[in-house]
Amino acid sequence: MTDKNGFFDLSTTGLTRRTALKGLAAGAGLAVAPGFVRYAQAQSSAPIKIGFQSHRTGIGAAYGRWYEKTTAAAVKAINAAGGINGRQVEVIIEDDGTDPGRGAEMVGKFATQHKTDIVFGTLFSHVVIGSAPAAGENKMPYFVVSEGHHVASTKLNRYVFQPGITDVKSQIQSMAPWIAGNVGKKVTMIYPDFAFGYDHRDYLPPALKAQGADVIAQIAIPPTESSFTKYFPQIPAETEVIYHVMVGPAVLTFVKELGEFYGSNRPQLFGFIDSLEATDINSPGLEFLDGSHFWEGSPRYAQPDDSDAQKAYRAAVGIDDNGAAVGDAKDVSTAAHMFGCWETLYVVKKAMEDAGYKGPEDRAKLVEATEALTAFAEGPEHPQGPKTFNGKIHQCFGIQNISKVEGGKLKVVHKTKIEDGLYEAEGDYTTQAL
Amino acid sequence: MSEASPVKAYALHAGVIAFLFVLSFVLPAYYHGLLARILVLAVFAMGYNMLFGYVGLLSLGHAMFFSVGLYGAGLAVIHLGWSVPLAFLGGIACGAALAVVIGLLALRTTGVAFMIVTMMFAQVFYLVILYFASWTGGDQGMVVPQPARVLTFGATSLDLTDPTVRYMTALVLFSVVLLITLAIVRSRYGRVLVAIRENEERTRMLGYNTFSNKLAAIVVSGAICAASGAAYALLFGYVGSSFASVQYSILPLLWVLLGGAATTLGPLIGTLFMYYVTDVTSAYTSAYLLIVGIALIALVLFFPKGILGSLRQRWLGWLP
Repeated sequence: MTDKNGFFDLSTTGLTRRTALKGLAAGAGLAVAPGFVRYAQAQSSAPIKIGFQSHRTGIGAAYGRWYEKTTAAAVKAINAAGGINGRQVEVIIEDDGTDPGRGAEMVGKFATQHKTDIVFGTLFSHVVIGSAPAAGENKMPYFVVSEGHHVASTKLNRYVFQPGITDVKSQIQSMAPWIAGNVGKKVTMIYPDFAFGYDHRDYLPPALKAQGADVIAQIAIPPTESSFTKYFPQIPAETEVIYHVMVGPAVLTFVKELGEFYGSNRPQLFGFIDSLEATDINSPGLEFLDGSHFWEGSPRYAQPDDSDAQKAYRAAVGIDDNGAAVGDAKDVSTAAHMFGCWETLYVVKKAMEDAGYKGPEDRAKLVEATEALTAFAEGPEHPQGPKTFNGKIHQCFGIQNISKVEGGKLKVVHKTKIEDGLYEAEGDYTTQAL
Repeated sequence: MSEASPVKAYALHAGVIAFLFVLSFVLPAYYHGLLARILVLAVFAMGYNMLFGYVGLLSLGHAMFFSVGLYGAGLAVIHLGWSVPLAFLGGIACGAALAVVIGLLALRTTGVAFMIVTMMFAQVFYLVILYFASWTGGDQGMVVPQPARVLTFGATSLDLTDPTVRYMTALVLFSVVLLITLAIVRSRYGRVLVAIRENEERTRMLGYNTFSNKLAAIVVSGAICAASGAAYALLFGYVGSSFASVQYSILPLLWVLLGGAATTLGPLIGTLFMYYVTDVTSAYTSAYLLIVGIALIALVLFFPKGILGSLRQRWLGWLP
């Protein structure tokens, strides 16, 4: 091998010592490539795991069941369309018993045992508030579908989001113009004497005042009460509208006794459908509600002007035109709230794609990507309607529906604008460390 | 009890504490966190056991002692900006003070009336929490801010949200309360309490002031339960009215019955058992409470004195 022009003459090939070392390194890489490729595939094709903190038992069980159905439908749709960042989505469900202590344990379980990418789906406010510290400590993005004002109050932490359903403060504020303009200006409030009622107690009066209407009486009903007749004489005679937000199993008694108290000559009634979620509006005793109005996040009954996206969403979740499960007319859904699960999952999808999310090491990126979102257009991913998102307070704002009970159905008579429900931010989560 | 029993008893308790210490380094992350919570709640059960197991007073209102510690510590941090140690001591003080008041009133009754009176007081306490919702957060509760949950010693600070710090803090609390309980039950005072449980009339006839001894037991029990509640608020960052509900008065009763009433380690065993049965069964069915119920019935049928109580009765007579 002395021929300089020969095949083995390295002097003219440009092959330097550095290049040779690179070649050796590449060769070594190839030698272990099969294992490496398998690892890379495992990382890229492993499903994205979503921990679903479900109210399977306890007071929230009816909601929990429908939240699970909606979530399953959304995940099926997302996976059919290619998943998130090319990865399928897997939902792992744990029952929190609608209990804040157990809720916190479940968030810990998702973080340390199931090793999910996010936790999602909680409804009841006390469970959200009880679980939020565990989410923050585990640096676990926690997407709730609660409608409580707790997230937007900025009293929780940077890892808690509510991007799929408008909070109750905004809902109440956006109801006020329509109430004052259409049903009456002298309002008596009847609400449960606990936190859900206090949101209404605190936010409605100033919102009505701004519209030239007044709350003339506020009647708080203790949570242990099972009969309500004794409270009705407290309703001032000049009342034009009774604003009621009674929740729980006592609502049927409440409506029945209110009907017996007033007979056919009653003031206007305006309520939040929360009281009657998963309850047939035609249940015996609820006849008195005929002609009254309700807030609905998303309409229970199919409406003539439903968008194609709304129709597709209802079909995917499996609810009929009356808002009951297809094939079981008695299984009434929680339609006013459960759309939030569907929409939240699409927000998660969008944020993960924006963040280039690969795994739990990218959770901080996911938080920042979610905070960077500003609006969600109405469509298949957001069938309830368009929304804006305030990344500083981790809260979305959408349109609301006002429906009238007519002929045993709820007919939407007014849709609010997003602007009706906007308010000044009470803080800024983005200033907190990740 | 034999001559060797004190050594055996202390060795057993030291061994349990050492075992729990070692577990901190070997448990998977989830069970590590869960055991920290169980240790805090086992303290609650130990406080309950002090009254139920050793004095024979069945309270259905101990959630109020747990939650007065919970709120006493939590609200002191949230509203008054107290440091962790001060808030913890404040929570215990609240528990002891409440126990004095409740004891003075409830000890006028016995038996079923005592159960009902304690349950009613607990219900009043629960409704008071809801009534002062602007301070307590009502039924939603409040978060104890993460930055405030730091234990500072001079230039050193321990973040209670760190899993290891949290576990070790819970273990220290558990160990201290366990040893206090052991010391009490082995003391002259502890024997008086057992005498009251067995025959209050005879104990009184022998010259003991049974009322003041029972009152002291309620105060010790209330303070221990409040310590558990205060630790829960500071370690886990949440105060909420659900901890004052009747469910949290029933739970320590079940934990103690399962583990063995009037055994020092029974509350830990019972709390562990309930937690793990719930955790394991809930992975398979949403009817896990049914399985827990069946397990409870089986235990009551086959181990009527609880797990450790039955072991003591049959084989380990020296167990305290």
